[in-house]
Amino acid sequence: MKYAYFPGCSLKGTGRAYEESLLPVMKHLGVELQELDDWNCCGATAYMAVDEGKACAAAARNLAIAEKSGLQQILAPCSACYLVLNKTQHYLHEYPAMRQTVSRALATVGLRCDGSSAVRHPLDVLINDIGLEAVKQKITRPLKGLKVAPYYGCQIVRPYATFDDQSNPTTMDRLLETLGATVIKWPLKTKCCGGSLTGTLPEAGLRLSYILLKEAIKRGADVIATVCPLCQFNLDAYHPKIAAKWEPVPIPTVYFSQLMGLAFGLPADQVVLNRGMVPMKPLAAAMA
Amino acid sequence: MEIKRTIKYEADRVPGFGRDVMSVPGCEALEHCIQCGTCSGVCPLSIYMDYTPRQVMELVRSDFKNEVLQSHTIWLCASCYACTTECPRQIRITDIMYELKQRAIKEEVYPKRFPIPVLAEEFTKMVHDYGRISETWLVTKMYLRTNPMAALGMAGLGMNLMKTGRFSLKQDKIEHREELAKIMEAVDHENGKAKA
Repeated sequence: MKYAYFPGCSLKGTGRAYEESLLPVMKHLGVELQELDDWNCCGATAYMAVDEGKACAAAARNLAIAEKSGLQQILAPCSACYLVLNKTQHYLHEYPAMRQTVSRALATVGLRCDGSSAVRHPLDVLINDIGLEAVKQKITRPLKGLKVAPYYGCQIVRPYATFDDQSNPTTMDRLLETLGATVIKWPLKTKCCGGSLTGTLPEAGLRLSYILLKEAIKRGADVIATVCPLCQFNLDAYHPKIAAKWEPVPIPTVYFSQLMGLAFGLPADQVVLNRGMVPMKPLAAAMA
Repeated sequence: MEIKRTIKYEADRVPGFGRDVMSVPGCEALEHCIQCGTCSGVCPLSIYMDYTPRQVMELVRSDFKNEVLQSHTIWLCASCYACTTECPRQIRITDIMYELKQRAIKEEVYPKRFPIPVLAEEFTKMVHDYGRISETWLVTKMYLRTNPMAALGMAGLGMNLMKTGRFSLKQDKIEHREELAKIMEAVDHENGKAKA
């Protein structure tokens, strides 16, 4: 199995633990990833607010590069990248005027995007292409006794849910159970973490993250598993601010891929629990 | 005590605004809004908004252009798409919010030191200049333009990022920046042509 890989800016920056843990896990499962040549920022939620045409064109440059590479499937682990690349595909298919604008713009630099590639999320690939049976066979250290709150966030299932339910997704639940972990009942699994509002309007943004952390602890979770670099940042890096404003709610938030690495028995520098700010103690205790 | 009129006059409308928004791809279904309020109910941020999403939908449809473009609501939308998913009339409320944000920026009616639109602008500029986002510089630029003093409150966060090896001052860039610039220029050209 081979996929084009679109890391996005966060996975090279504050969300590097996602890439550092996901790549070894995929390799361990026999999946080959080829990073898109000279990829550019997807535009995230910010660009669409300024200029939709340009936002689509910038995202489409990546789709065009993927098509040129001959790989039909693009793996996009970051929720914002996943959404924006998918949204661009939808716009190109649904709106002829947008397709024309973008096609002409890409043509000026000799690129072409016919919207033929599929933008996939790692959870989708793990469940539907690789299969949980294959995942199970790689487990050497089942996560027995570890209670996990699966946190999907907003943008991988909304608005273009292609591989999971929009209000009650279960792919990560099933994956975590396969790893041997106990998945807690967690009705907040798709509630917003505040996105970039944690920085721009802390009063509103931080409260949303605070509620998620508090409810995870209340429901007995040892750790929160996430799929999104912004969710991870908000729940982990802003904890001191949340503690100062309301109360300490110290529960670590890790990427699902880090938990996979743990269960596969991969070395510490491929599980990178040291990238978290909230102490990973509960995780270490569960692993002892 | 400041006395303000709380009911709008019909004369406050900008006739044609609603039709114009509804002609934009993705915004068409607004016409079918039944004002049920599901969007406001599921919105995690509606409690901070000056107009709830349901009210914004009706204000747009009824041509109250100035009210919506100057509202905080459009900037508080965090793009979680809960409203879009739950709307019983399949209105893409999040996309309508995006359309309104673009119009507010174009007409320069957003609050100048309000961090949310400033972040969007700096983000866009960085994509233009470098093709990629470097989080440290993006956040620094936002604080410089909105509230430089607040940046001091971020020192602890910066230290923690450093300790966990997640801090970087390097501005990441793509190799073919001229290619991206040419694509963007071509979009402007296309859009200019479309309007002419």
